[in-house]
Amino acid sequence: MAKKLGKRMRQKQVRKNKWYEYQDKSYKYIALFATSIGVIILGILLYDVVLDGFGRIDLKFFLDSSSRKAKNAGIYAALGGTLWIMLLTTLIAFPIGIGAGIYLEEYNKKGRLSSILEINISNLAGIPSIIYGLLGLEIFSRTLMMGDTALTGALTLALLILPIIIVSTREALKTVPYNLREASFALGASKWQTIWHQILPASLPGIVTGAILAISRAIGETAPLIVIGAATYITSVPTWPNESFTVLPIQIFYWIGKPQHDFQVNAAAAIIVLLGITFLMNGVAVYLRYRWQKKVKW
Amino acid sequence: MKIEAQDVHVYYGQEHTLKGVSLSVKKNTVTALIGPSGCGKSTFLRCMNRMNDLIDNCKVSGNILIDGVDINSPSVNINELRKAVGMVFQKPNPFPKTIFENVAYGLRVNGVSNKEYINDKVEWSLKQAALWDEVKDKLKKSALALSGGQQQRLCIARALAVEPSILLMDEPASALDPISTSKIEELIYNLKASYTIMIVTHNMQQASRTSDKTAFFYMGELVEYDDTRTLFTNPKKERTQNYITGRFG
Repeated sequence: MAKKLGKRMRQKQVRKNKWYEYQDKSYKYIALFATSIGVIILGILLYDVVLDGFGRIDLKFFLDSSSRKAKNAGIYAALGGTLWIMLLTTLIAFPIGIGAGIYLEEYNKKGRLSSILEINISNLAGIPSIIYGLLGLEIFSRTLMMGDTALTGALTLALLILPIIIVSTREALKTVPYNLREASFALGASKWQTIWHQILPASLPGIVTGAILAISRAIGETAPLIVIGAATYITSVPTWPNESFTVLPIQIFYWIGKPQHDFQVNAAAAIIVLLGITFLMNGVAVYLRYRWQKKVKW
Repeated sequence: MKIEAQDVHVYYGQEHTLKGVSLSVKKNTVTALIGPSGCGKSTFLRCMNRMNDLIDNCKVSGNILIDGVDINSPSVNINELRKAVGMVFQKPNPFPKTIFENVAYGLRVNGVSNKEYINDKVEWSLKQAALWDEVKDKLKKSALALSGGQQQRLCIARALAVEPSILLMDEPASALDPISTSKIEELIYNLKASYTIMIVTHNMQQASRTSDKTAFFYMGELVEYDDTRTLFTNPKKERTQNYITGRFG
């Protein structure tokens, strides 16, 4: 009797093991499928856009501004505006965001106020971008009377990406080992010297990577800029931040809305350029992280 | 007396980690602090250069006099104090910079910019830490490429460069192999001539080999403090006896 029972138990165990094996394998394929969805969709998107627009990209496309005729229209003003916005947003958002990140991580004492501050910053990162547009319209455009200028756009986008930069700066600072701080303080270095000479250099790859990714998000934003009243039809690049401007996403949005097929082709071509800039920036971020990670090892 | 601690209490939040420790240390001696984990020996060591200040909810009371000056009084500049009281940590923690820059860092943050002086000081410090011969040809190489034992001696050199009079060592050899450990111990013996040294250790042989005086801590209290030889051969308290014979800890 006992022997028989043992045999049955063994058979049960074998069945169970087979089931676990099967589970293991099928999970692997489900996970692989989930991972590939993103890549496949990106592939389809790229294929579709490149098919439509790649032939339209030539030097003239970069040098022409808006025009009523699709064949004469180009992205000169929009690309110039995007570069302006990139530059201004960087100048505004980097120092403030990195500074706030350093304050929260290194100076701020843990307490009730600081946790309220922290939760709010994380919440800000999740607020829809169009709300930032309304904020920019009210504060910068109307109250401060800057109008629909490049500066207004840059300030609005800077607000939008500040939480992202703050959070990524803090994450980067957290990776610096505590014993490095101790070593510096123990030699009589002040807090600022410790931050400047040890903590910032050690966390720079993470900080810069986060900041670049934030900027590449900013240049893809359309909604907040439409809300603040960025021009859709403009023929010149601003020579100074107090002039009106347009950017690539708005240009694309404008062209897509036109019924003529040739404008749709223009939009596809402009999308390729915008994607190119975004990929380039992400590439730079990845490269920097890789380079610096090799240099600094704990 | 070089160091005089009087009734030192330390609280981490609600936790009372050090309960009224009084202890005096003579100049140019080595004092070993021993005791089981969590007994407060490292906490006491960290009072000497006010490293506990870095911890948000830490409170220290009592007097600690170094050369007769209360180091917790508001007139004491904490950065000057930490220059005068150097510290070496348990895990070697060189900066991710060159060997040269590691040693020069303490000078630079204290405003020294004379190149010749820095060069001389770096060489002197590395010689003091018995590391010069091993690294003199690769001063521009990363400190992180050194072995653990070399890194720890580099950390000692780095501490010596700012000319402290006291050297605190928090289990300086616990992460090292026996050969590196014996080098560090030899170094401690040689440095005694110019510095007053306080060393925390878990290794009782190390305490008896390197120190002149030994303090046994238990549960935040100083149980016994005596000449090392006396404490290890003829302890007065039963608890000390039990600890050094390995009956607990």
